[in-house]
Amino acid sequence: MSEVFERRLLTRDRGGTLLRKLWRIPWSFVLLLCALAAVGYVALYSAGGGAPEPYAAKHALRFAFGLVLMLSVALVDIRLIARLAWVAYAGGLALLVLVLLHGNVGKGAQRWIDIGPLQLQPSELMKILLVLALAAWFHRASWKRVGNPLFLIPPALLVLAPMGLILKQPNLGTALITGMVGAAVFFAAGVRLWKFALVLGAAGVAAPIAYEHLHDYQRARITTFLDPESDPLGAGYNIIQSKIALGSGGIWGKGFLQGTQGHLNFLPEKQTDFIFTMLAEEFGLVGALSVLGLLLLVVGFCYLVALRCRHQFGRLLAVGLGTNFFLYVFVNVAMVTGSIPVGGVPLPLISHGGSAMLTTMLGFGLLLSVFVHRDAEFGPVRD
Amino acid sequence: MSVRREEERRHSIFTRRALLLGGGQAALFGFLGSRLYRLQVVEGERYAMLAEENRISARLIPPPRGRVLDRNGAVLAGNQLNWRALLVAEQTQDVGATLETFSRIVPLTEQERARIEREVRRRRRFVPVAVREFLSWEEMARIEVNAPDLPGILIDVGTTRHYPEAEHLAHIVGYVAPPAERDMDGDPLLELPGIRVGRAGIEKYHDQVLRGRGGAVQLEVNAVGRVIRELDRREGVPGQDVQISVDTGLQKAIREKIGEGTSVVVLDARSGEVLAMASQPSFDPNLFNAGISAQQWREWTRNRATPLINKATNGLYAPGSTFKMIVGLAALEARVATPGDRIFCPGHMDLGDTRFHCWQRRGHGNLDLRGALKHSCDVYFYEMAKRVGIDRIAAMANRFGLGVDLEIELPGAKRGLVPTRAWRQAQGKPWNLGDTVVHGIGQGFYQLTPLQLATMTARLATGRAVQPHLTRSIGGRPVRGGRAEDWPALGIPERDLRLVREGMWAVVNEEGGTARSSRLPAQFGVMAGKTGSVQVRRVSREQRERGFKVESLPREWRPHALFVAYAPYDNPLYACSVVVEHGMSGAGAAAPLARDVLVETFTRLRTAPAPAGSRVAEVQGPPRP
Repeated sequence: MSEVFERRLLTRDRGGTLLRKLWRIPWSFVLLLCALAAVGYVALYSAGGGAPEPYAAKHALRFAFGLVLMLSVALVDIRLIARLAWVAYAGGLALLVLVLLHGNVGKGAQRWIDIGPLQLQPSELMKILLVLALAAWFHRASWKRVGNPLFLIPPALLVLAPMGLILKQPNLGTALITGMVGAAVFFAAGVRLWKFALVLGAAGVAAPIAYEHLHDYQRARITTFLDPESDPLGAGYNIIQSKIALGSGGIWGKGFLQGTQGHLNFLPEKQTDFIFTMLAEEFGLVGALSVLGLLLLVVGFCYLVALRCRHQFGRLLAVGLGTNFFLYVFVNVAMVTGSIPVGGVPLPLISHGGSAMLTTMLGFGLLLSVFVHRDAEFGPVRD
Repeated sequence: MSVRREEERRHSIFTRRALLLGGGQAALFGFLGSRLYRLQVVEGERYAMLAEENRISARLIPPPRGRVLDRNGAVLAGNQLNWRALLVAEQTQDVGATLETFSRIVPLTEQERARIEREVRRRRRFVPVAVREFLSWEEMARIEVNAPDLPGILIDVGTTRHYPEAEHLAHIVGYVAPPAERDMDGDPLLELPGIRVGRAGIEKYHDQVLRGRGGAVQLEVNAVGRVIRELDRREGVPGQDVQISVDTGLQKAIREKIGEGTSVVVLDARSGEVLAMASQPSFDPNLFNAGISAQQWREWTRNRATPLINKATNGLYAPGSTFKMIVGLAALEARVATPGDRIFCPGHMDLGDTRFHCWQRRGHGNLDLRGALKHSCDVYFYEMAKRVGIDRIAAMANRFGLGVDLEIELPGAKRGLVPTRAWRQAQGKPWNLGDTVVHGIGQGFYQLTPLQLATMTARLATGRAVQPHLTRSIGGRPVRGGRAEDWPALGIPERDLRLVREGMWAVVNEEGGTARSSRLPAQFGVMAGKTGSVQVRRVSREQRERGFKVESLPREWRPHALFVAYAPYDNPLYACSVVVEHGMSGAGAAAPLARDVLVETFTRLRTAPAPAGSRVAEVQGPPRP
């Protein structure tokens, strides 16, 4: 039986020519991404006051560029990607250090480096590179080996190092999301549940102490979250305005370009963080749920890729990337609906912003590479 | 344990956990959906109901339009209060019914109703539409009393443009009018009732600066649109004031001196600032405010004296003898004549079988350049033009601002025409030597504006490429171009310029000069200038031989009278050009007017305290006796 199994692994390992790889790309998924980018174009057209400038036209251009990037990455052999994972992770970490030393700070949180016309936020890129590194660490480990606490120390450090650097920026939201993405990979890799309980418990004890060390603006976010109406023109302003916009949108919305909140600039940062509010105000609950449905399909596809993949590396990668995308969407929509504190997270594929588009499409490139090379042979499991 | 069993175990754990994770995430999506449902549908007490009852209403606040000021800070274009009734479509169930009720209180004509309904359809529902502007006190009271029956109607005070100097500066300041469909550039401000955009002159050129940016206010209103409280306010940016270089007193004094068909331009010779620019007749820009009547428009556009057209920038004239300085400079630069070269004028010049006459039938005898300018001898310049050629004359004219776009801040100002051989050939016609000869005395195809002639004079006086301009400061910040050093040198040898200036000096100040009788009174210093008379109609040989007199011609065939001048001669401060349509002779009609204009300029500008940044009152020596 064992022989049969190994032979099957070998025969299933089809690298294939470039053309065959292209054939294996799931084009319906690419179409789904195009649909979301089109939604983004419509929303940004509205955010630009009913004109392609200054947002929508750039958005389309960036998406086109992202598509090329994604398809190029999709054709790269997944085993080559696995081998490069460590180098990429180290590079990402170096960028995080660089941005701390030389980066630009905006709005008290995000840090970026200017690369030509692009503003790269290394913390966004790092989440994808972390997933890569964790998948590379776990992919050949047996159930027994994953159970060994000593085996878990290096990957824990892999998560903590970027988290620490991002916290130092200081960007609490992104640091927490990075931790959650890491945790998802740990979970999928088979780390025992009681260990999660232990870490959560420790965090629960540490949280009140950490609160003491938070920046004032970070505390303000948490307190206004608990009671946004307490300070309507201060820190809670964004949430209230966003809720008014959502609420006044109703079921069918006010109509394209008819949103008063958005067009009279009561909505803050409507082209980035609050783009979803803009959509929900103009297209109502129907429009908002439709967009949410499309985004859910993207997350679902990530899990589909994970379940169909024949190697652990691809599975872990797909789950990690899916979780990363999910967290973007969840945090953004939860934020604009006033469900969690405002965190400055864009809505992927829809918000205006070059760096986020680039990292999102890079992530999908890796996902498609997993799908295209889902039967690749990685060598036996080790204890 | 075999590799295969190990792999299968790991796979099953992964599958279980991935499904768990994915399921959890799907559930959280469900949470977001329910949250949206609650906010957008269920949470009636708060947001949904606010929307249904329109309790939160957002309105744009138009910024006050910036003013246009003269060089002394006097208001040339300002804002006046205007009470008006507005209709906000989203605050009424039935626009038609509201208008019906309204017209029972304040009658509306059919056209007005059609306009209102058209605008309501075209604009977003939260943008108010003007129902009636310029309400009287009584009308306002009647509307206020009936407010409960008029949902969606609100009264507010807007502003309207007012031009205190009316027709005196209409050609420069321009006017505003409600924006047309093609003006809608995405600025939501333009959709507001009562907003005006610049249509001509400074109002048009600086429209963006004057307009400012709109603010907005978020109000909590009750079901009939009554404001309960202001939730939030986002301030706009008021339009900035634009100060122009014109001196209103001088402008008015000049306009009082001139008749129909006359235009006058006075420049600060060194900075290029336009101090006055008058063109008769003019119009009252205040009439454009409420929209001009078709009848008034017909009256203006059909008037042969063209009141809407600024003749100083859009009137096109041949320069006549005022062009002779350019021909002289071109000859000197091309080295086809030396300053001392004398030409004999027998009263005419023969070219083939064509005879070109000098205005002085007796002839001037031997003349050098200085003398030729002084007496305005045509034969001398026929000869010089023949030697230099038309293209080098045109190149010199362009350097003096003739036939080029001067970029004055008056949209639509003419560029004029300075012909070249290539230009004529592009029309499929040959350029003959006879054409060159005629163009040597500024006749022929030339089409120049009085502003260009004044610019030429300022450049002759200073030797710099002075650019005429009107804008002095925007929002209190001075703009570039207020000083002589801002302009590059023309690159013409000082020796040549001095020679031409001496000729212009002799025109006014020497016995026998063509404008000898128009000297400045001694206390104002010495003026240099050049006369010009331009035939409107060709005089035939037979007429000439029969002892033709221009006075016998009907008015519209009489020659135009021109004069260009600058003063003081040794330290030029002001340059001016005067064009009197059908004024017969430059010396008779234009030169005395130019003298009066310069006297007026000296008395007003040299005694007035110079505003900051001005150099007018500086470096002013005592007038030369």
